[in-house]
Amino acid sequence: MAFLEETYDVCVVGAGHAGCEAALASARLGLETILFTISIESIAMMPCNPNIGGSSKGHLVREVDALGGQMGINIDKTFIQSKMLNQSKGPAVHSLRAQADKAEYSRRMRQTLEEQERLTIRQAEVTDLLIEDDVITGVGTFSGAVYHARAVVLCTGTYLKARCLYGDVVQQTGPNGLQAANGLSDSLKKNGVELLRFKTGTPARIDKKSIDFTKMQEQFGDERVVPFSFTTDPDEVQKEQASCWLTYTNERTHQIIRDNLDRSPLYSGMIEGTGPRYCPSIEDKVVKFAERDRHQVFIEPEGLSTTEMYVGGMSSSLPEDVQYEMYRTVPGLEHAKIVRNAYAIEYDCIDPRQLKPSLEFKKISGLFSGGQFNGSSGYEEAAGQGLVAGINAARYVKGLEPMILDRSECYIGVLIDDLVTKENAEPYRMMTSRAEYRLLLRQDNADLRLTRRGYEAGLISQERYDWVVEKEQLIEREVKRIGHVTVGAGEQVQKLLEQYGSTPLKTGTTLAELIRRPELDYDALAELDPDRPKLPDDVVEQVNIHIKYDGYIRRQMKQVKEFKKLENKRLPQKFNYDIINSLRTEAKQKLNLYQPQSVGQASRIAGVSPADISVLLIYLEQMNRGKHETE
Amino acid sequence: MFNPFFSKDIFKAGAFMKTDTIAAIATAKTNSGIGIVRISGEDACSVIDRIYRPRAGKKKLSQVKSHTVHYGYIYDEDILIDEVMVLIMRGPNSYTREDTVEIDCHGGTLVVRRILETVLRYGARAAEPGEFTKRAFLNGRIDLSQAESVIDVIQAKNDFALSSSLSQLKGAVLERIQKLRAKVLHEIAFIESALDDPEHISLEGYKETLSSVLEGLLTELSGIRKTSENGALLKEGIQTVIVGKPNAGKSSLLNRLVGRERAIVTPVAGTTRDTLEEQISLGGITLNVVDTAGIRSTEDLVEQIGVDKAREFVDKGDLILYVVDASLPLDENDRQIMELLKDKKAIVLLNKTDLPPVITPEDLKGGCSWFDTYPLVEISALEGMGMEELEEKIRDLFLLGEISFDDEIYLTNARQKAALEDAYQSLLHVKDSMEAGMPEDFYSIDLMDAYEELGSIIGETTGEDLINEIFSKFCMGK
Repeated sequence: MAFLEETYDVCVVGAGHAGCEAALASARLGLETILFTISIESIAMMPCNPNIGGSSKGHLVREVDALGGQMGINIDKTFIQSKMLNQSKGPAVHSLRAQADKAEYSRRMRQTLEEQERLTIRQAEVTDLLIEDDVITGVGTFSGAVYHARAVVLCTGTYLKARCLYGDVVQQTGPNGLQAANGLSDSLKKNGVELLRFKTGTPARIDKKSIDFTKMQEQFGDERVVPFSFTTDPDEVQKEQASCWLTYTNERTHQIIRDNLDRSPLYSGMIEGTGPRYCPSIEDKVVKFAERDRHQVFIEPEGLSTTEMYVGGMSSSLPEDVQYEMYRTVPGLEHAKIVRNAYAIEYDCIDPRQLKPSLEFKKISGLFSGGQFNGSSGYEEAAGQGLVAGINAARYVKGLEPMILDRSECYIGVLIDDLVTKENAEPYRMMTSRAEYRLLLRQDNADLRLTRRGYEAGLISQERYDWVVEKEQLIEREVKRIGHVTVGAGEQVQKLLEQYGSTPLKTGTTLAELIRRPELDYDALAELDPDRPKLPDDVVEQVNIHIKYDGYIRRQMKQVKEFKKLENKRLPQKFNYDIINSLRTEAKQKLNLYQPQSVGQASRIAGVSPADISVLLIYLEQMNRGKHETE
Repeated sequence: MFNPFFSKDIFKAGAFMKTDTIAAIATAKTNSGIGIVRISGEDACSVIDRIYRPRAGKKKLSQVKSHTVHYGYIYDEDILIDEVMVLIMRGPNSYTREDTVEIDCHGGTLVVRRILETVLRYGARAAEPGEFTKRAFLNGRIDLSQAESVIDVIQAKNDFALSSSLSQLKGAVLERIQKLRAKVLHEIAFIESALDDPEHISLEGYKETLSSVLEGLLTELSGIRKTSENGALLKEGIQTVIVGKPNAGKSSLLNRLVGRERAIVTPVAGTTRDTLEEQISLGGITLNVVDTAGIRSTEDLVEQIGVDKAREFVDKGDLILYVVDASLPLDENDRQIMELLKDKKAIVLLNKTDLPPVITPEDLKGGCSWFDTYPLVEISALEGMGMEELEEKIRDLFLLGEISFDDEIYLTNARQKAALEDAYQSLLHVKDSMEAGMPEDFYSIDLMDAYEELGSIIGETTGEDLINEIFSKFCMGK
């Protein structure tokens, strides 16, 4: 029987936030790439919250940008409100978050994809993986078409065997009523891929016209907006911003929820999937935190050209009638009209420990995956993985070593390492507390950390790379200079100190010492420093941070040095650990099962003890010497 | 044993897990004549430089030739710990092929342990079981055929270390540390949840809360530290120095203490060349009485060896027993001694109460302002009166009246003690950061260190504790 047959270098399945980055990266790296989506209208869709960034997620977006990804540029062009969170706290936890115009975000990204050379967009449901001798050779679609490819990237999001639930209603659809992907799961299972079932949820969208905003507190964006992308001119993102609104649930809301818990599929046992603890439904909050008499509710616009408003904080899977009753107890929502119901969604994803840190399947060469399919949650987490998977799919086709980002370089590295190493029982969300070297992994220095990697991967222009190298030098030179500029306890100095409420000097000191005082910073001391060179704002920011937090930064850099030693010790693959007698049984089992890439990764597997790691090191050394002897 | 799956670049030169500097006691933990503390790693020489003082001159051991022996003292800041011989061996000509320093000291588990603790405080970390051997192997010192046994040793030593240290912790300390950890974790989780979800959880006014929690934690930790120090002291011997004027009754006291219990340990080489150490058991308490040549004879300590030497002895003692002859008035000699006892753990023994008294306890206390706080016992060394009371006072002094003395309540191993000390320092660091006006996210870095260090004492790892605590205690998210 005749059927459609085409050949590409790389196939990307799914055009969400992971798929878009993967496809763009692959095409930009010179490979003929095809991107499949179930619906062209759903490209870069944001089916849940209408914002990009937030604590630690803002870091991810900046890292994606520094590596040459698209998310930062896209949100800079389509945001309608922006805030730098945690500004009163240390620089490591400052995080950007922007409200997006969802439709614009999606349209812009689609346009970028469409304009990208070597990138083909195809609306079709991929149902089969074509695999020969544990090597991927392409995909097949529902219609029977065959697409040959040397690498495939799976970014299926929440679509695999998806079903949406509220009350006793079950719809066999993906998010937003879009068609689910029902074929691919079976093909994965047939090829030995182990699947999990996860669950997440979203609140209702309410018509703006039915909301009484006078009963809510208005939430504004920052006066001076900071762009996500290092390529965006900050002056271009200063514009009029939309507002969000804050209101609260109350005892009545909670009573209605408690009275109707038996009608929630979460509590009736209809939902099998594991949900995330960090974004609980309002039912969960009321049950788990029974002592709280109210919970915050953020009303956020979904865009400028729509009246739909997102009800942040009240995701739910209660039946429609209860949803109405419950939302209407909230001040300002008394006459709310629901445009879309809140619902829970269940979907298939993989246990990501089947992947290497390159995001390639350990058992199927050339098959990569990214995003919610890997058991994560969030648009930003998806974009980060999609980018890495896309880059590595391209490198695989070109016969290059994969690009591996580690925990000491970036949040993306932490994210991927956690996914592929640790047991994960719920959709994984990034958090700053997961990054042990977070003082080094700041959103403000993502360019300094990763531009080089992006340049080496081939996604960053020479010009952009040169600027980062120059920036590094400027920072280093200025930090050094400031450490040597001394000030005496003269009148001008004391007056300035007094002005900032800072203790007067008894003897002379360096400018660096003064900058370390919490009430002072680099800019404040300008008049004491006549030889100061004129430096760009972002350089000044780095100089300031370096000097202020010097002790802590050094400490973490020392820890990173130790970390790297184990990380750089690579382990053999497809290795039988049973032959190392002295490993404990549990360690043997875990190591055999997960085949870590490095001794460092092995040390993070639950069930592998420090003594096992010592044994492993000695064994490696022993093998090494044995090998030399046979050579 | 060639394995085809090994790719070429698996092995790189310098194949060791950690190159930081490690230290451990290299001799058996008995009261043998000599004890060795071994340090290995790139900082070995700089660590010894920080704590070693030569007998004469200012020579730094980091500058001496390899494979030379040096005679001097180990100091913890200004406190003399012991007189030692130090052996310097530079890599690669050492067992581990790293720079190695061996400190030979005067046996006695307590002294050796103190030296180790000092070494750990000044830049080395406690070696893992079998780690010297491991390094020796990884650095190419040990032959291939020995490798298997090295691996077994490491695994066995780890199992043993874990089970033995845990079994020592069955009791009160384990519970106390678990409670402390839970408190620390709760604070980290609160800070972290507020950082992750600043719009739902506010840190306003939190500094005050954390301040008081921190004070509580620090007090509790120093309590455990004291208890374990004193517990170890009580078990292994309190370094005790007897001082007093000629004929005050020092030797009678010593003879009384020795004679009272028959379990006299034979005299061993003491902590300095010209002294002996008598190990005496008083009830459940062991006293290592530093017996200067002068004490045994009727000659006068202060006069014969001079106030300087007396000060040296006093500085080395955990406990000073100051014997005063109640039948003679106080004089200049007494005042000199009293001066020496300032800020020491001392018990004043008013001796010869069998004779008509010339000085009363009030006279003594009036003689010197700080004597008010020192316990005073009236004894008759000759007739053996007041010994029970002395025992009781020693107990009070070293156990703070807090808990009863029990084998299971204190940390014995140096690694655990170092971890406890590190945890304490980490919490102090939080305090410093707060005072320096650092933002909250810095607190959780040091709190996390404290949490991990406390965990290492009781053999618990961190894993997903924090994430679990955040989600179970704080309501997050959209």
